[in-house]
Amino acid sequence: MNAARAEAVGGGRGTRFLNWIDARFPFSKLMREHVTEYYASKNFNFWYVFGVLSMVVLVIQLVTGIFLTMSYKPSAAEAFASVEYIMRDVEWGWLIRYMHSTGASAFFIVVYLHMFRGMMYGSYKPPRELLWIIGMLIYVALMAEAFMGYLLPWGQMSYWGAQVIISLFGAVPVVGDALVEWIRGDYFISDITLNRFFALHVIAVPLALVMLVVVHIMALHETGSNNPDGIEIKQHKGPDGVPLDGVAFHPYHTSKDLVAIIVFLAAFSLVVFFAPEMGGFFLEHANFEPANALKTPELIAPVWYFTPFYAILRAVPSKGGGALLMALAIVFLFLLPWLDRCKVRSIRYRGWIFKFALGAFAISFVALGYLGLQKPTAGVELGSRIFTFVYFAFFIFMPIYTRLEKTKPVPERVVFDGGH
Amino acid sequence: MQPSARLLSLIGALLLLAAQPAMTAGGGYPLDSANNDVGNIASLQRGARNFVNYCLGCHSAQYVRYNRLASDLSISEDQLVNNLMFAAEKPHETMQIAMPAEDAAVWFGQPPPDLTLVSRSRGTDFLYTFLRTFYVDDSKPTGVNNLVLEGASMPHVLWELQGLQRKVVTKDEEDREVVSLEPVTAGTLSPEEYDAFVRDLVNFLDYTGEPMQLERQRLGFWVLLFLLVFGLFAYLLKVEIWKDVK
Repeated sequence: MNAARAEAVGGGRGTRFLNWIDARFPFSKLMREHVTEYYASKNFNFWYVFGVLSMVVLVIQLVTGIFLTMSYKPSAAEAFASVEYIMRDVEWGWLIRYMHSTGASAFFIVVYLHMFRGMMYGSYKPPRELLWIIGMLIYVALMAEAFMGYLLPWGQMSYWGAQVIISLFGAVPVVGDALVEWIRGDYFISDITLNRFFALHVIAVPLALVMLVVVHIMALHETGSNNPDGIEIKQHKGPDGVPLDGVAFHPYHTSKDLVAIIVFLAAFSLVVFFAPEMGGFFLEHANFEPANALKTPELIAPVWYFTPFYAILRAVPSKGGGALLMALAIVFLFLLPWLDRCKVRSIRYRGWIFKFALGAFAISFVALGYLGLQKPTAGVELGSRIFTFVYFAFFIFMPIYTRLEKTKPVPERVVFDGGH
Repeated sequence: MQPSARLLSLIGALLLLAAQPAMTAGGGYPLDSANNDVGNIASLQRGARNFVNYCLGCHSAQYVRYNRLASDLSISEDQLVNNLMFAAEKPHETMQIAMPAEDAAVWFGQPPPDLTLVSRSRGTDFLYTFLRTFYVDDSKPTGVNNLVLEGASMPHVLWELQGLQRKVVTKDEEDREVVSLEPVTAGTLSPEEYDAFVRDLVNFLDYTGEPMQLERQRLGFWVLLFLLVFGLFAYLLKVEIWKDVK
């Protein structure tokens, strides 16, 4: 339509400028390949908005982060006070800071839902294994980013949380203690640690994150998006070569995503403006006290998005074993494309075994998250062990139970109710 | 549909998680609700007066600027300088104290903490209950102990106002210990007046913890209204664009 309009105008100044650009840089080609002629299934449901929402949160974090660095001071003596300076004396500083702190939690919420979507609809299965691996790398980078960012306000929980997590590396055989010292750059968490975490948080990891996101999207556009039916829309193309069940990313998916983004921003704003601490889950109460190396808080709990793994750590009596299991909890996610032996992608056409297993996995993840926040009692320990077992059983027995599954027939074309 | 049912259960689980009280009470004594209102300017003004007269000798509020306080609490510069600025020269200074932390550590066992953010780290209910539950305990160097913060190093600074109390432990029908306080000497304020005094003070500390909290909520309303209107048009646009997709 745009091209037709440009022709009707008779090749105006805009077209000539675009031609000039296209002769030197593949702008129109890129736009066609990735936006206006990238076809994705028309039956995307609710679960398909979390990819674009992750990008929105990434942008929020990058932009607010840039403004925060303008007033933040990465030194043990000044960090805590500089955050309060941002909250009180910097114009709109409180808004920028709350957006950043809420954005951290929001990032994990949308990424966890995005990953769960991938698991429900088999988006990690061939030919999208690499897409899944790249996504997992983004998730690992995101965890590093969040962990290092949490030290920067230099509150009690920043300090002691970092103390606990960094000490886990001491569980590595032989080089453990040296490794911990190397990470901290000191014999304890100090100004030096804060400075290097700042450098990694504002430059190294964001750079890696942005590059990984670009690679993730390139891989996605190579294989094409999966859909809730888990079938390839490319197998049924019209005479024009366009998948019959596909609609262009722009304007179809963009107009749909815009609605999702606004709904997300409304939920985001509810937290930022009305509950920025989210009852101590997004901003922990103890972190409003400056870091004090001589005073251990009553209860050291990481922020909620790490607590499932923290519960796994605490479920094991030995520190080395706990740290190993924690690492394996992530490693198994990487291996998902090869553990799942079922030929059917979508949960819609898979057998009850997988539905049950995935449900048990989701429950165990949420339950571990809850248990990781609690004081370590005998009951919490027992619960953590049970759900740790469920978490790992999902992966370990997957090659067996996915082969035994009785699947339903998969439709030729996607199920679409007209977009309502 | 399977996925939507699973979604609901997931959201339910998340809400359940969010509903868990994350604040720890400390000594196990049940906290009374502070029930304060940061929108009540008169209460905040009284709280500022109480803070300056009774707390600012030992506790700083080092991130609170006097002139910001005055403008937020509708206090004129004259009132500020004459009634609140005993420990500062210029209105743009923050609420610092003269007591050196090293000496304070020797006198009290630990330096009195800065109170700017105490309402956010401890919670207003904690502060409200803490300041009302000092009781006579001769085994302590300060002569008092506290129900919510056992072995507190802070003396009962407000004893003249509240009077002194002692701890009474009785048993209920099921043989559980019930801790209560009963007056030993009367203070210059009645119990109701004292509660109001503490509530104003806690209200002020709630304000210092987050001075922009009312502005935040005010702005939030407009942001949400904008998103609602924008969202409506965005939805209509989506429906229009998708109407030919069969």
